[in-house]
Amino acid sequence: MSDITVPAVNLTIDGQKVSVPGNFTILEAAREIGVHIPHLCYHPDLSREGNCRVCVVELKGARSLVASCVYLVADGMEVHTNTPWVRETRKTVIELMLANHPEDCLFCVKNQRCELQALAAEVGVRQIRFRGEKRKAEKDTDNPAIVRDPEKCILCTRCVRVCSERQGLDVYTSTNRGFDSIVGPAFGLGLDKVACSFCGQCTSVCPTAALTEKDDTHEVWDALADPEKYVVVQTAPSVRVALGEEFGMKSGGIVTGRMVAALRRMGFDKVFDTDFAADMTIMEEGHELLHRIRTGGVLPMMTSCSPGWVNFVETLYPEILPHLSSAKSPQQMFGVTVKTYFAEREKIDPAKIVSVSIMPCTAKKWEARRPQFDDSGYRDVDIVITTRELARMIKQASIDFAALPEEDYDAPMGISTGGGQIFGATGGVMEAALRTAYEVHTGRKLDNVDFCEVRGLQGIKESQVDFGNGLILRVAVAHTLRNARKLVEKIRAGDADYHFIEIMACPGGCIAGGGQPYPIDNDVRAARMKSMYDIDVQKTYRKSHENPAIIELYDTWMGKPLGERAHHLLHTRFAPQERLK
Amino acid sequence: MEKLARAHVLVCGGTGCSSSGSKIIIPALREKLQAKGMEDEVRVVETGCHGLCEMGPLVIVYPEGVFYVRVKPEDVDEIVETHLVKGRTITRLLYREATTLETVPGYDKIAFYKKQKRYALANCGHINPESLEEYIGADGYEGLAKALDMTPEAVIEEIKASGLRGRGGGGFPTGLKWQFTRAASGDKKYVICNADEGDPGAFMDRSVLEGDPHRIIEGMAVCGYAIGSDEGYIYCRAEYPLAIKRLRNAIAQAREAGLLGEGILSGKFNFDLHIKEGAGAFVCGEETALMASIEGRRGMPRPRPPFPANSGLWGKPTNINNVETFANVPSIMRDGAGYFASQGTETSKGTKVFALTGKINNTGLAEVPMGITMREIIYEIGGGISDGRNFKAVQIGGPSGGCLPESLLDLPIDYESLTRAGAMMGSGGLVVMDETTCMVDVARYFLNFTQDESCGKCTPCREGTKRMLEILNRICEGMGKEEDIPLLENLAKSIKGASLCALGQTAPNPVLSTLSFFRDEYEAHIREHRCPAGACAALIGYTITDKCRGCGLCKKACPAGAISGETKNVHVIDKKTCVRCGECQAKCPFNAIDKS
Repeated sequence: MSDITVPAVNLTIDGQKVSVPGNFTILEAAREIGVHIPHLCYHPDLSREGNCRVCVVELKGARSLVASCVYLVADGMEVHTNTPWVRETRKTVIELMLANHPEDCLFCVKNQRCELQALAAEVGVRQIRFRGEKRKAEKDTDNPAIVRDPEKCILCTRCVRVCSERQGLDVYTSTNRGFDSIVGPAFGLGLDKVACSFCGQCTSVCPTAALTEKDDTHEVWDALADPEKYVVVQTAPSVRVALGEEFGMKSGGIVTGRMVAALRRMGFDKVFDTDFAADMTIMEEGHELLHRIRTGGVLPMMTSCSPGWVNFVETLYPEILPHLSSAKSPQQMFGVTVKTYFAEREKIDPAKIVSVSIMPCTAKKWEARRPQFDDSGYRDVDIVITTRELARMIKQASIDFAALPEEDYDAPMGISTGGGQIFGATGGVMEAALRTAYEVHTGRKLDNVDFCEVRGLQGIKESQVDFGNGLILRVAVAHTLRNARKLVEKIRAGDADYHFIEIMACPGGCIAGGGQPYPIDNDVRAARMKSMYDIDVQKTYRKSHENPAIIELYDTWMGKPLGERAHHLLHTRFAPQERLK
Repeated sequence: MEKLARAHVLVCGGTGCSSSGSKIIIPALREKLQAKGMEDEVRVVETGCHGLCEMGPLVIVYPEGVFYVRVKPEDVDEIVETHLVKGRTITRLLYREATTLETVPGYDKIAFYKKQKRYALANCGHINPESLEEYIGADGYEGLAKALDMTPEAVIEEIKASGLRGRGGGGFPTGLKWQFTRAASGDKKYVICNADEGDPGAFMDRSVLEGDPHRIIEGMAVCGYAIGSDEGYIYCRAEYPLAIKRLRNAIAQAREAGLLGEGILSGKFNFDLHIKEGAGAFVCGEETALMASIEGRRGMPRPRPPFPANSGLWGKPTNINNVETFANVPSIMRDGAGYFASQGTETSKGTKVFALTGKINNTGLAEVPMGITMREIIYEIGGGISDGRNFKAVQIGGPSGGCLPESLLDLPIDYESLTRAGAMMGSGGLVVMDETTCMVDVARYFLNFTQDESCGKCTPCREGTKRMLEILNRICEGMGKEEDIPLLENLAKSIKGASLCALGQTAPNPVLSTLSFFRDEYEAHIREHRCPAGACAALIGYTITDKCRGCGLCKKACPAGAISGETKNVHVIDKKTCVRCGECQAKCPFNAIDKS
């Protein structure tokens, strides 16, 4: 990242003088003066590879063009971004990519969202002069979360970098060479055979449709069209702060009411909120933490609501599984509750209920299919679609999203607190847990519910809270699996002197999950995150245990947190996964 | 101490001569000498490459310096009985000049060697590469000793004064590179020797490594002292097992003798070497890919800057030079910069080793002063074109280079003139072509090579070379289109301009140079569906003329059953079935089959 403490250098770009720190790239310097240089393999979150060669520019005195995304500025440099040589080369480079790409843009899931398509239009490719061999490779559709279509890959290696640099997993690598090059898991294996967490960050950075979420929208349409089915939907906390972007709204725009309205118009019988289930998770997880502290259980306890993180532990660090909270994720608590408590209450045959969840996440598709998640007697969650799939469905339903009125969730499982809402940002689960655990443990009212130390985009955050009677609760929060691994290694080394650790697999938490609208960078993350806390502040209740619907649920049906019914329905076990590491 | 011998028999143990039988000749000679009780008076020495590989196995008998060629195991008895016992030269084993067919007894009288100035190759073929003593006997490690008495800055000045430029192809001034690495901040620095020689037909570096490994160790140690490094890597392709074996042996000897390791020559300078075997990817000759490979990562280049001098191996300042560059260093240090600087041209000093291959009489390795013309190399050293054919082109610089036509044969060879002509110095491969070589096919051959060796990282090289190759294939098959030539030129410009590393940036050169000098051949393929050289199988055909006597030999020879005809009647070739292999023409005793 560019550091403004580096001494400035002066250069000209297209005749304009510009003065920028010496560690700026030409691309960054050009941006400062409003000169747009087309680029493709470059991604603001990732290291710079300079491999696509779309961003080439002419540098006075250089024999060949240089890639502006990697080439650093220097004093006296004279850059030209718009010469015949540059324009022609840029166009040829994109034409070469297209010559080895299926020409099915009209039917492609990324149509109008594809960066290659947009670039081709931008630089004015009007024909492909090269007709020859194209890469032949099979699609990987063997897992429920991510579809990999190597024929659409342009080898930009963004997926390689995000998986390595952000997640530390190195699932993807380049294999073979030259024209036979292919980016994929080792030995040509499917993603389900290697240490993939299904976090979906690769689908979030892929410029084409080489990596996409598995599309389950047709299943939702089928369920909605079936008069025998009672279709309920839950929406995860972070969906409402991102969905609007798919309809041209600003990053982080809050569209909760319109989203609920859209879901009703699509035909869902009940529109519920995962926030409600997040409050349940806090009830269970908070009590579990206090129980572990009181009884000398395994500490630090770690959250288990991020399914990418759970896959990571089960695959790579099974020995730390005892640290994971046994509380189910909000999605799964919701699923089991809707087919038991809600079905009983509303006298609906649970066999007829189709439970749909809208998630910011691709790994949630995998989570819903875990064999153990049928405690209701049925599949607890039937269909999981991502925010992006929901946006597509709203468009397919010809709903004018911007013109929708704001509507409220249905009761009782649409009632929630600020604690449940902030689950979607890194640090949110921790903050919500602290709000509840403090009051449950001390019996005192919390004066200030804002635990700002655990908020924000810093990779690993630490804090401690005085719970009285000598208990100083030490906590840590990490997002991205690379940061998570650091804490896991600390536990393994016996140096993790914490009571509670929150882990989110995705950078920034669910607000930038693998199923969210793209493009995503830290500005987008910050905007979505701010909206999460804005919603929190506006809520009548901000502590999960104060949610009246939750109180009613426990009082009338569930019993006590960690009680017998809760233990049966709301807790689970994790087991090692055998995959190629 | 070994006893002095009255005669030395030098047998070439380079890869070329080993393949043609010197591995059997050496023990046979020793056995025969032992049987005669002469093992103390005559010493058999296995040397490195002499360069005249075409004529191997080579055997030189000293003190006379008689040069025997194509020696077979069955010649061993005669060499011992006639030459070593009776003192008579065996005429039938002497070298014959390709042009005059005269026998030449002495090594130094042979035209192949006369024009050469063997500087980097000075010891190759003359000393036993497995003996440290022989290297020291040839003034080895004197350059290092001298360097260690100087300041590192003075060593760099000496190299700069010599005018030595990188012999790997780029031609960057070596002294300047050393200076940059010395000036780079960092406690840990590395020296790397790029021995990943990969151009088709090139074997300069292999010969030096096999024939004079201590020279490379000495050159690298001097560099290490100059830039402030204590550790070096030799990145050598695993396809060079003999070079690796001799390097390992030499490194062990040097360590033992205090020429590597801690406190070299009893001073304060520490330097040690590792060998890293490369798996043979051409792109690993590119310095950033090479370093990635040493680090254990996939051998792919990264954009520069930063240059290795500032951020190289494991992010440390690193100086990378090619084998031949390092091979020049010991002598420059020993003799001073003056001699080296006196050779060559204004901008290109010293000598250059070339690997002569193709349609030339004397294939092999030749070291010549810069500034020599291509004509001198091909006709005087190389002995002209083989089989009495005519010269058409010479390909210089490997897959990154270009083809030069007859009109440029008098071009003095230096870095700048070759680049201006559309070729490049490259590492020194010279492939000579005659009138039977199709220039489109040559371009296709090299493009096929680069396309195959492209690492696949950047778009223009990965996708662009593939499309260029497809167009060239189409032209060679007679399916070329009028717009193919401008399309090739357009693609070439983009690939040259936009590729990430030198492999891609130079990959189009063979196409561009053939297009500029032999455009008519491309046009003949496209417009007339004709291959003027008669090389492109799809565009040639065989017909039987009325000289045919109906002997039926062609019919028997044809693998496709394309020839029919009654005995004693003129036969006919079915053009559709014919696979154009030319077997019929080769077998016809009456010259009755024409190729068109």
